[in-house]
Amino acid sequence: MTATAPDTLADGIAGSEASLRKFLHGLPGVDQVGADQRAAMLATRSIKTTAKEWALDLAIRMVDLTTLEGQDTPGKIRALAAKAKRPDPDDPTCPSVAALCVYPHLVPVAAAELKGSGVHLASVATGFPSGQVPLDVKIADTKAAVTAGADEIDMVIDRGAFLSGRYLEVQEQIQAVKQAAGAAHLKVILETGELATYDNVRRASWLAMLAGADVIKTSTGKVQPAATLPVTLIMLEAVRDFRDQTGRQIGVKTAGGIRAAKDAIRYLVLAKETAGEDWLDPDWFRFGASTLLNDLLMQRAKMRTGRYSGPDYFTLD
Amino acid sequence: MPDAGGRLAVRKTYKLYVGGAFPRSESGRSYEVTDAKGRFLANAALASRKDVRDAVVAARKAFPGWAGRTAYNRGQILYRIAEMLEGRRDQFVSEISAAEGLSARKAEPYVDAAIDRWVWYAGWADKIAQVHGNANPVAGPFFNLSSPEPTGVVGIVAPQKGPLLGLVSVLAPAIVTGNTAVVLASEQHPLPAITLAEVLATSDLPGGVVNVLTGRPAETAPWLASHMDVNAIDLAGVDNPALAADLERAAAENLKRVIRPAPTPDWRADPGAGRLTAFLETKTVWHPKGA
Repeated sequence: MTATAPDTLADGIAGSEASLRKFLHGLPGVDQVGADQRAAMLATRSIKTTAKEWALDLAIRMVDLTTLEGQDTPGKIRALAAKAKRPDPDDPTCPSVAALCVYPHLVPVAAAELKGSGVHLASVATGFPSGQVPLDVKIADTKAAVTAGADEIDMVIDRGAFLSGRYLEVQEQIQAVKQAAGAAHLKVILETGELATYDNVRRASWLAMLAGADVIKTSTGKVQPAATLPVTLIMLEAVRDFRDQTGRQIGVKTAGGIRAAKDAIRYLVLAKETAGEDWLDPDWFRFGASTLLNDLLMQRAKMRTGRYSGPDYFTLD
Repeated sequence: MPDAGGRLAVRKTYKLYVGGAFPRSESGRSYEVTDAKGRFLANAALASRKDVRDAVVAARKAFPGWAGRTAYNRGQILYRIAEMLEGRRDQFVSEISAAEGLSARKAEPYVDAAIDRWVWYAGWADKIAQVHGNANPVAGPFFNLSSPEPTGVVGIVAPQKGPLLGLVSVLAPAIVTGNTAVVLASEQHPLPAITLAEVLATSDLPGGVVNVLTGRPAETAPWLASHMDVNAIDLAGVDNPALAADLERAAAENLKRVIRPAPTPDWRADPGAGRLTAFLETKTVWHPKGA
């Protein structure tokens, strides 16, 4: 995609506003019609029987079980943690989800519940969902979450700065949060619903990756439109090209509006066909979701028992 | 095929009725419907198990709204269905006479009885609670009230014979109390059920309260009977005893309420309240009386 040598990519362009802008605006433009059609075409693929069973289990293992409501209570977090560990208590073969995703304030409760379970604990930080707080507050927010036991941090970028072209500011903020997060995995939320164009999605993806993101994530789930197939396609292309050039693999997380198992499988097809099979792993692809999990479990029960299941048999959360 | 007047006949291909809309079968299949003498009448959609699944989702979605209507309002809507049916009386008469090989004069009483049956059940809407609810005397200072509530989504295998009157006689008692229904129409004679769906779509009945699937009940009924999100099933139209037994067994998995097939009932007889109460749950409330 670009001619820059791999090891000097980040060094060569990060550091000055002008070189960063030159690089981001030098990225090839996204063919919007083409991206929409490619995503729509891949969505028609039919996944059945054993492939579907495999995909459902993989999708369950990729779920970041999320609750980000003002009305969240410690009791709700404990209930959700139990569900994260054993999504379907009737079926011991059902895998656990990838992570539980909560507000920083509730991280200590979740950490106590998830200890030793192998389920990761993600916390949103940096003034989620708007990100409109001073940098030192973002850093303090992040540090508090990590200290309390979160091993994954979901940060939001400053869309105001990005959209007005202050790329260096966005980059420095991501770097500062990355430093504050320490060993914790950093997921950078681009909030594609507010970025207006596919070109911006591509630029924001590269900006986040250059700044040191471990995962790039579509949305907070608080803005419509949230995750869409074409946007995820563009982000998957970005992580694929980034690995080709730097050798570093970046994960993708898609969040918001994915409610049906069928939709989740479409995203898996997209990930395989765009980035490759390396991304078909909970370490590299995630779904931020809450209602999706129940539909995955219902489909799984249907495959196992041969009869349609119903919402009466799964927890409400 | 030109008829005597030189006009081309309009060959109809009917669709399903799911969630207030008229979709094609997910499978894309259809089958030929013939009259009593084997002549082509129309094409009807041949529903698949996925149509059953979609219909149950639609019925479940419509349930809280329909059950939450006042009984009085449900009665009004059932009465409205009778009015709309009256307006299509001639169409039903010709469909029934074609399907069953009756003369129009012999088919008319069945259509009239079907219309009257809607009115009769409409009247029950705000009376069932008085008849089947109760204020129970208890040994304590409490009001103790039992009231009937709808059970939820009801699967109905419509009678194979009596495509209109039989269908109305099993459908009306299920929905008047606040249940929602997924109907598998008569395989041989689906046209009155399709026309009834067109009537329902234009008579204030919220979408999804009644969903009509045409096709082969032998193929689709097992999916309905085993569906864990269906609360009750009426096997009126299952003529094959072995299939009926299988369906009852499948329905037992989540303790569905089941109406077992009765040998060729006379739909014109007084129906009684049996089918009304079959799909009700009793809720009992204790309330302190004070003093």
